[in-house]
Amino acid sequence: MSNQIDVRGLSCPQPVLLTKKALADNPEKLQIVADNDVAVENISYFCKKQGYKIDVTEDGEEYQIIVSK
Amino acid sequence: MKSKKLIILVGAILGIAAVLLVKFGNPGNMGFCIACFLRDIAGSVGLHQAAVVQYARPEIIGLILGGMIMALAGREFKSRGGSSPFTRFILGFVVMVGALMFLGCPLRMMLRIGGGDLNAIVGLIGFIGGILLGIVFLNRGFTLQRTYKLHKIEGFLFPGVMVALLVILIVIPTLLIFSTEGPGSMHAPILLSLVAGLVVGALAQKSRLCTMGAVRDVFLFKDYYLLTGFVTIIVVAIIGNLITGTFSLGFADQPVAHTDGLWNFLGMALVGFASALLGGCPLRQLILSAEGNIDSVITTVGMIAGAAICHNFGLASSAKGATFNGQVAVIIGFIVVFIIAFTNLQKKKKEGAANE
Repeated sequence: MSNQIDVRGLSCPQPVLLTKKALADNPEKLQIVADNDVAVENISYFCKKQGYKIDVTEDGEEYQIIVSK
Repeated sequence: MKSKKLIILVGAILGIAAVLLVKFGNPGNMGFCIACFLRDIAGSVGLHQAAVVQYARPEIIGLILGGMIMALAGREFKSRGGSSPFTRFILGFVVMVGALMFLGCPLRMMLRIGGGDLNAIVGLIGFIGGILLGIVFLNRGFTLQRTYKLHKIEGFLFPGVMVALLVILIVIPTLLIFSTEGPGSMHAPILLSLVAGLVVGALAQKSRLCTMGAVRDVFLFKDYYLLTGFVTIIVVAIIGNLITGTFSLGFADQPVAHTDGLWNFLGMALVGFASALLGGCPLRQLILSAEGNIDSVITTVGMIAGAAICHNFGLASSAKGATFNGQVAVIIGFIVVFIIAFTNLQKKKKEGAANE
């Protein structure tokens, strides 16, 4: 079971807040689409601190972040 | 880039720069103050006529240009906007009402603590309280909606205005108004102010320094990254002021400050509340506006307009204390921010969108 959230265009701290809420459901995998560096940075930092693995791929002006256990 | 070493370095350089700027002419505990300096610029271009606070502060020009250069170098300059622009203008305006009640933005609050001004501790408690209030709404789904990509040239316009202001300051200063007495007449040499702004602006962009975020992230995410920078600034400012002999512990006779505890508390609580909804303190708004973020440009323009109105309508405090008009404005400010907070909760927005 995987979840997806879209944080494109959202400013700090919403991307991390939405990630935090999505992770509260304890998903196997979380897919996040983002479009600014600060959001990617903050989400990655938060998830790593929570003990998750992060895989970020840049696709043009967007980023796909895969969060997994 | 989130590196503990970087944020400590940035905090230390900012603290040293602030003490040096005071040593070389800036008003006491006002090495940097985003609210005061935007207010001085508003006065210098004639938006208000308060004779003691008019000067085109090069620190602001430097902060924006330094932030832009670092954003361009790091390929982080992106023109974007459209996230509730006028709401942001109003929130920026309200931030200024609160800041000029207290007599300083959160950054100056920290520098005032660093100078031994205990009134700023009262302000800090209010600031934290305001941010906690903002967090309640953030957790309930407060949002100013998404921002969108804009034409690249849009992002360069605000830094362009700053370049124009710098050219006017150096080449045709007769166009500007300069205070001959009071805080506006006290300033470090232009080059020193500009360079200090450039360096701090660049470092603040790289480190994402935000005085509101420092408190918010502790309560929201148990993240102490920004708080490390926050504490470093205060500690370095204390050491710097002790070295230069400008540390004076107490409530009374502090530079550009008043001792009205209730209104110091409420002024900074308003700044904290509005800044939490905006997603950044005045310094952070300035740096984001340098990265092509037009939402932050609108917020900054709101702060400038707020500063002008604060002085035109007698809302700003002085060393004598808060004004009655200012007290009324702070109360209205809280009402306005509460209305914005309640009406922008996610569920209500969805219902609104369905009716469009």
